Amino acid sequence: MSDGEHNMSSWRPLRLVWIYPDLLSTYGDRGNLLVLERRARLRGMPVEVAQVNSDQRVPVDGDIYLMGGGEDLPQVLATRRLASDGGLPEAVRRGAVLFAVCAGYQILGREFGGAEGQPLPGLGLLDISSSRGERRGVGEILADVDPALGVPQLTGFENHQGVTHLGPGARPLARVLAGVGNGNGTEGAYAGRVLGTYLHGPALVRNPGLADLLLTWALGQQLPTLPSNAEELALRLRDERLAAVPVSQ
Amino acid sequence: MDTSLPARPRLPIRARFATTVGGAAATVSRLAGKGDGSVIGGIIGLRLEPDLLSLLAAGRQVVLVTGTNGKTTTTRLISAALSATGQKIASNVYGANMEAGLTSALSRNPDAPLAVLETDEKYIPAMIKATQPKVLVLLNLSRDQMDRAAEIWMLARRWREALAASPGTLVVANADDPLVTWAASAAGSVTWVAAGQRWREDSWCCPNCGSHLVRDGDDWDCRECGNRRPPVRWTLSDGQVIDPAGRAQPLDLALPGRANASNAVVTLAVAEAFGVDASSALGQMRGVTSVAGRYTQVQRRGTEIRLLLAKNPAGWLEALDVMVPAPVPVLLAVNAQTPDGRDTSWLWDVDYRRLRGRPVLVGGERRMDLAVRLEADDVEFHLVDSIDHAVDVARSPRLEVLANYTAFQQYRAVLGRAE
Repeated sequence: MSDGEHNMSSWRPLRLVWIYPDLLSTYGDRGNLLVLERRARLRGMPVEVAQVNSDQRVPVDGDIYLMGGGEDLPQVLATRRLASDGGLPEAVRRGAVLFAVCAGYQILGREFGGAEGQPLPGLGLLDISSSRGERRGVGEILADVDPALGVPQLTGFENHQGVTHLGPGARPLARVLAGVGNGNGTEGAYAGRVLGTYLHGPALVRNPGLADLLLTWALGQQLPTLPSNAEELALRLRDERLAAVPVSQ
Repeated sequence: MDTSLPARPRLPIRARFATTVGGAAATVSRLAGKGDGSVIGGIIGLRLEPDLLSLLAAGRQVVLVTGTNGKTTTTRLISAALSATGQKIASNVYGANMEAGLTSALSRNPDAPLAVLETDEKYIPAMIKATQPKVLVLLNLSRDQMDRAAEIWMLARRWREALAASPGTLVVANADDPLVTWAASAAGSVTWVAAGQRWREDSWCCPNCGSHLVRDGDDWDCRECGNRRPPVRWTLSDGQVIDPAGRAQPLDLALPGRANASNAVVTLAVAEAFGVDASSALGQMRGVTSVAGRYTQVQRRGTEIRLLLAKNPAGWLEALDVMVPAPVPVLLAVNAQTPDGRDTSWLWDVDYRRLRGRPVLVGGERRMDLAVRLEADDVEFHLVDSIDHAVDVARSPRLEVLANYTAFQQYRAVLGRAE
C-alpha cells in the first residue's frame, strides 16, 4: 500500500500539546510525551511540542493533547481553568486526540470527587463520573484491552483512590486482570478519540501499542512501520513487567 | 548563650527498664549482623513504655531535621557544627528516622544535653509533639516514593498545623522552596535561609492559593494572593555563605555538590541558634567527608568507585550535577523494592541528556525501566548485572555510581560497609 511510503517529513508537523505540566504532572507524566514524540520521529514524522502551563491559553489546533496526574487541589484548579479557557473542549470538538491519565482522566468526566470528597463538575468530554473510593489502589495493573482497539494487554502502575462509573456514551478501555482500575473490573474509558486510564504517569512507556493507537487516530491512517530494533528495549521491559505481575485467575 | 542546661530529670523506672532492654536488643541485632540495631532497640523500648521518646527528650535541646532530600547529611553537619559547644550530642546517624530510630538515638546517649534527629517527613507532627524541639529544620519538599508517601501539599499542610501548635519552636527553613516556606510561615519564629532550589517541578504553583507562581531567579511571588519569598537571614551564593551581617566566606566543604552547600548554609543558621558562630561551625563541618556510606570512595579491582545515593527526581538531578565530568564513566542503578517505592515512574521526571556522549552503565533490579528512559533521551549505555560487571565494562581508573536506596545498599554490601 502506497500511503505508508509517503515521505512524512514533508507533512505538517504532528502537534503534541501537554496540558498544564505545572498542575498535572506528578508521576513522570512527561514520559507519555516523550514516547509519542519518539515513535512519531522514528517514522519520519516531524513533531512540534507545546507545554501549556495553567497561566497560558490552550491552543485549539493541536493533534494530540496529553493530561497527567495531580494531587486533589491542583486537580480542582486545573478543571476550573480548563473549563473557563475553553480551548481543550474546542480542540476535542474539532476532532483532536486526547489522552489523559489518573487525575486527568477524572477531569474529563461529568464529575469527580474533590479534596474533601464532595462531587465537583468535570469537563464533560467523556461520559464517566468518578468519586472517591474506600481505599487507595496502589500497585501493578494488568488489563485486556477492548478487542475493537487492536491493542495488546495493558501493563502499568496505578496509584489512586478513584472509582469511576461509565455512562452509555463511553466504553471501557480494558478488562482488569490484576489491579483495581475503575473499581468494577474495568479499566479506563474511551469514546471517539478521547481516551482515559488509571495507569498513571508514563503509561505509554510499557504500552507502545496504545501510543501507536493515539498516533493512528491523529494521523487518520495506518502508521509507517518502525525501524527494526527501535522498540526492542520497550518490549523487553514490557515482557519483564508482564511476567512480574501475578494474575489471580 | 542558652547552652547551659539544668540537670536532666531522671527517667521514671519503667522508662529506664525500657531503655535497657531496647539497648540490649540493639546490641544483639548488631552482633547478628542485622544493621546497626537502632530500629529494633527503639521498637522494643517503645513497646514497654509508649511515652519513652517524650521521656527521653525531656530536658534536652532537640533539633529535628526533615525534608525530602538531605536529611541524613544535614543531621551529620549540624552534629558536627554543634560539637563546637563542647556538649555531648545524641543523633540518629544511621538514618533510622521514625519514632523507633529517634527513641533509640536518645536512649543510647542518655546524658547528652543536645539531640540532632533526622526525622521522616510524615512523622514531623508526632515527633514535634513528643520532643518539643528547640529547632525544626525544613530543607525542601518534592515528589518522593509516591506509592506510599502522602501527597506533598497535604504533608506541608500537616506541618503547618503542627507548627501552629508548637509556638516555642524556632524553624530554620529554605525560603527558596515555596512549599517549605508556606509550611514554615505557620511557625512562631522562623530563620529564613536562601538555600537554593535546583528542582522546581513541584513548585510552579502557589501552595496557598494554587495560582501560577511568578519566578525570577531564586525569587518567587504570587500575583493572586500576595504570598512571596520572605527576606532571608542567611544566603548561599556560589559556594559561599553570606551571613546575617552581609559578610561572605567560602564553605570549602569536603562534601561535594550544590545540595551539600545548601545543607551547610542551613546548618549555619541552626548553629547560630545555639550560639555557635559560622567560622567555628564551618571548622567542624569541613571534617565531614562521608555520611553513612554516601560519597565514600572505595577501591575495587583497580577502579576507584565513588558512591552517591539519591532516591527521587530532585535527588538525582542534584547528584548528576555532583558527578565528576566525562570521560569518567557513570553507573546508574535503580531498584523498586518497598523502601525505594514500587513505582519507577519518577525516572521520567529526570533529564538525562547531559549524560550524552559519556560512558554510562545501567544496573539494579529495574535496569530495564532505566534503559528505556535513557533511550528516550538518546543516551547510550551498557546494561550490567553487578558492580563487578560494571567495573569490568568501564575499564577506567574511576567510576561514579549513583543508586537509589536498596540498590545503593546492595552495592555497599558488596564493597564492604566502608564509611
